Amino acid sequence: MRVPLSWLRTLVPALSASADDVAAALVRAGLEVEQVHRYGDDVRSVVVGEVLDVEELTGFKKPIRFCHVDVGTRSHEVVCGARNFAAGDRVAFALPGASLPGGFEIATRQTYGRTSDGMICSEAELGLSDESDGILVLAPDAPLGVDVVEHLSLRDEVLDIAVTPDRGYTLSVRGVAREVATAFGLELVDPGLAPAAPATDDGPPVTLQDDGCTRYVARLVTGLDPAAPSPAWLQRRLVLAGMRPISLAVDVTNHVMLELGQPLHAFDADRLQGGITVRRALAGERLTTLDGKDRALDEADLVIADTSGAVAVAGVMGGAATEVTATTTTLLLESARFEPVAIAKTARRHRLPSEASKRYERGVDPALAPAAAEAAVRLLVEHGGATAGPVTDVDSRPAQPVLAFPVGAPERIAGRPYARDVVVGRLQDVGCTVTGEGDVVEVVPPSWRPDLTGTAELVEEVVRLEGYDTIPVALPSAPAGRGLTRQQGLRRTASRALAAGGLVEVVTPPFVGEQAVDLFGAGGPSPRLVNPLSAEQALLRPSLLPGLLAALARNASRGLADVALFETGPVFLGAGGSAPTPGVDGPPTPEQRAALDAALPAQPRHAGVVLTGAPASWDAAVSALVDLGRALGLVLVPRALQQDPFHPGRCAELLLDGRRVGLAGELHPRVVATLGLPARTCAAEADLDVLVEAAAALDPVRAPVVSHYPPSSVDVALVVEAAVAAADVEAALRSGAGELLEDLHLFDVFTGPQVGEGRRSLAYALRFRAPDRTLTDVEVLGARDAAVALAGERTGAVLRA
Amino acid sequence: MPDLLDQPALDAVRDEALAAFAAAPDLSALAALKATTVGDKSPLARARQAVGALPKDQKADAGKRVNAVAQALGRAFDDRRQALEAERDARVLVEEAVDVTVLPSRPVGARHPLTTIQERIVDVFVGMGWELAEGPELEHAWFNFDALNVPAHHPAREEQDTLWVDPPGSGLLLRTQTSPVQVRSLLDRELPVYVVCPGRVFRNEAQDATHSPVFGQLEGLCVDEGITMAHLRGTLDAYAAAMFGEGTTTRLRPNYFPFTEPSAELDLQCFSCRGASAVPGGEPCRVCSSEGWIEVGGCGMVNPAVLRACGVDPERYSGFAFGMGLDRTLMFRHGITDIRDLYEGDVRFTLPFGLEA
Repeated sequence: MRVPLSWLRTLVPALSASADDVAAALVRAGLEVEQVHRYGDDVRSVVVGEVLDVEELTGFKKPIRFCHVDVGTRSHEVVCGARNFAAGDRVAFALPGASLPGGFEIATRQTYGRTSDGMICSEAELGLSDESDGILVLAPDAPLGVDVVEHLSLRDEVLDIAVTPDRGYTLSVRGVAREVATAFGLELVDPGLAPAAPATDDGPPVTLQDDGCTRYVARLVTGLDPAAPSPAWLQRRLVLAGMRPISLAVDVTNHVMLELGQPLHAFDADRLQGGITVRRALAGERLTTLDGKDRALDEADLVIADTSGAVAVAGVMGGAATEVTATTTTLLLESARFEPVAIAKTARRHRLPSEASKRYERGVDPALAPAAAEAAVRLLVEHGGATAGPVTDVDSRPAQPVLAFPVGAPERIAGRPYARDVVVGRLQDVGCTVTGEGDVVEVVPPSWRPDLTGTAELVEEVVRLEGYDTIPVALPSAPAGRGLTRQQGLRRTASRALAAGGLVEVVTPPFVGEQAVDLFGAGGPSPRLVNPLSAEQALLRPSLLPGLLAALARNASRGLADVALFETGPVFLGAGGSAPTPGVDGPPTPEQRAALDAALPAQPRHAGVVLTGAPASWDAAVSALVDLGRALGLVLVPRALQQDPFHPGRCAELLLDGRRVGLAGELHPRVVATLGLPARTCAAEADLDVLVEAAAALDPVRAPVVSHYPPSSVDVALVVEAAVAAADVEAALRSGAGELLEDLHLFDVFTGPQVGEGRRSLAYALRFRAPDRTLTDVEVLGARDAAVALAGERTGAVLRA
Repeated sequence: MPDLLDQPALDAVRDEALAAFAAAPDLSALAALKATTVGDKSPLARARQAVGALPKDQKADAGKRVNAVAQALGRAFDDRRQALEAERDARVLVEEAVDVTVLPSRPVGARHPLTTIQERIVDVFVGMGWELAEGPELEHAWFNFDALNVPAHHPAREEQDTLWVDPPGSGLLLRTQTSPVQVRSLLDRELPVYVVCPGRVFRNEAQDATHSPVFGQLEGLCVDEGITMAHLRGTLDAYAAAMFGEGTTTRLRPNYFPFTEPSAELDLQCFSCRGASAVPGGEPCRVCSSEGWIEVGGCGMVNPAVLRACGVDPERYSGFAFGMGLDRTLMFRHGITDIRDLYEGDVRFTLPFGLEA
């Protein structure tokens, strides 16, 4: 909402504050003043001139005129490209040395073979409008030589206010003026309370068939001069408020809407057939709207109809057939109140947001209709030579609610005391009627504040008008905190461990396509978006890897060869169900709650890793998960697995107590090619929730007995079939070696003719120690032999000769 | 008495040996001198043998003089050996010197600034006794809208704002705010409730330099007996001071949100200029565009309708809630100019943030 300060001053005559001070006061009261625009200051040395003669220059690419312009003291030669003027017209003439908005300086110059000693200005060049066809032709009585800024009252300031959904009343100069008057303690001249002509017996017939309309004032205006222009001050107000002047009838309705917030519609009364009916659209009904579009109406759309059918989409847009035209002399003015929800739905359904629908959606003052119609009729009479005709007023609006309001409520919410007369006074400032003397008073909100429905809303009025900055500062005393849960702490540990391991964290959007689900999903369905941002990515990720790989590819495409990334976050497993929406008068019943939760697909948090370039190797991928487990206090054991989308010979599942918690390895070359990834890209993914829960459930670590006796070390080299996993050999050695084994690790893997085709040698270092004695050679060799024997039994391993 | 035991002869033996020790260039040369100076065939050994052959009355004196030489030589030998060992050790350490700036090349990791800022903010509130609450990203509309007093026809529910999940009408959506976690907290926790809820939220919005369909949000909720807007202000000021430096304050401007009443826009005093740029004549500030304040979110007193929907008696309990955009906080804290940098995963963007930005 753009509010010219000059307009505001007509409603708050005593207002002397500057635009900036007014803006600051409004911000404090809760109106969002986004900007203060200033007009006129940047226009200098532009005066009223008269075109003396016009010479058409020929031989140029476009038609050009050469004129003489008299500014009272002398005449100037000027070259002009516009064609919408003639000798004798008065124009805005920029003298040499003049400046115009945007920093344009006007100087004498040679052009088109002539001297141009100034410029004839358009509205746009004067900053009056965003664009204009041709130059601005002034009224014939504009005084020669007078500064155009003064003549047109160009100097003004405009407050640009963003209006929140609950404050529809501030979509009017009237509403903003009320806030300004309250803020400065000044009197408001409320044009919404001006007397209006009462209904007459011969008013246009109006039938309200739907409770979507609770008030309908119809007024006939006859004898309008269709050629009568809007007065300059009115046009100027519209332009400053951001609307284009069109014709007197349209400009007047817009002016009243801007001033009072009451949208008006003018029908060409001669083109209406029979009386007005407000009803819902009929099945199959169509209407060609003012914008020339033929629209199929929905049966939920509220329409204005005559005997021929719908003639307007109520509160949204009029119909073309009854539009006011250049020949219209008889108007039927509609000043009505429509229900917000109906208008909102229709405006959205037809994608027709309009100045009218914007106001109806937020609620228009139902008491305003007669005064608004009256204001419009007066302007038409005064400036269009029209005569006021019969009046109809159908009024079925409900009575204003009476709210019981504890005067102590503002103190309870704001945490500071408010005197009773302050509370009552502030409620009266916003237009409420307050009665009663006790602790609870009766409050009737004003008709223009449909948002004031209860105690909380009334409290806000008192608190905001007294100022949020008057509220004291205190800290609540929260109960002794429990801090982060163990799981939350462990998740941070996981995040730090992954990064400390050389991985860079990314946060990727969860949207994926069918291909990603086919490649990386676990086989089940994925949730699908009804209105995806992109049709190619309409599903929610079943795995972190598609997003991670996209980020990896992006890095690679930017010339970064060595990339190691990780992400933690939820994946979405299952399509999701459906649950009825419970009411909001109380909490959902256990059954309702269970249904709501059951409708949601599982959303476990995963940890994903991708690697390419130098860091990329299948073992780095597997190690990333093993290390993640270790950081959480868990032992993850890799085991070979053939599983898409991984390389069949370079993929491991990670087991926690025998249960699979992750996959890691090199991606299948086919997948790498399909996704256009760098060769040998590796990846890993684990269920972080499972790891964290397992870690949180761990018993306290049992401290080991640290033996002070000397160790005995032995090495064994075992030959096994190539397909035997080292992890299995190691596990067998550990079991076989028994309790005396203190440490075991693989230190060499050897293949070659010495060990035979299809076999390999695994060399392990074993360290033995007893807690209570020095081991004998017999004990150590016995344990070693037992270890080798079990390895042989389980894996076919034999001691290398 | 043989010449060997003459004092001048003994002195000569001693001086010769001492000179030889001093001239020995290294430990092996010194070791080689041992046989000829103090060994079995050395003049000293022969002198000892000669002492044995002397008459008894001369033995004591000669023995004393020979021993004095032997002791002198022994000391001198050890001194020289220690000196040579010290020289050798020093030489080896010099030879073993390395370039300590050559380190093995290991991959360097980093955490995303959205993760770390979330942890920092959460820690501020945990320090005040609050708890961290979490909830699902794919939510039911009841939690995201209905329970939060967002009317059925509210524009926020429209397809141009909310990403809905198939099938249409199921009520499933990607949460548009972290507020559903507040609803879940009130339903699932014992009162009083003091929780912060950070997380990712989603809007049907095209990606550009300042908008993202996915972004981070953090909300807080306090519901207890006797909670007022003064507590809201105090909590926000405490947060501002902890996060942006002692003395940083906040400002509330009246606004509208369905889930709070009264509602306010939340401004943070510019942490860079501390408001100085907004004073006439002040140095311009790039962080706050010389406004002196940075708009970071919204807040207000929990609407009684929300409390009722969550089974909390609004006659007994009151509460406040606040919310702020994490991306926005990050952008002005770190001078990020393009929000897309947060979501493209370019390692060059994230690496400088390290593990605990």
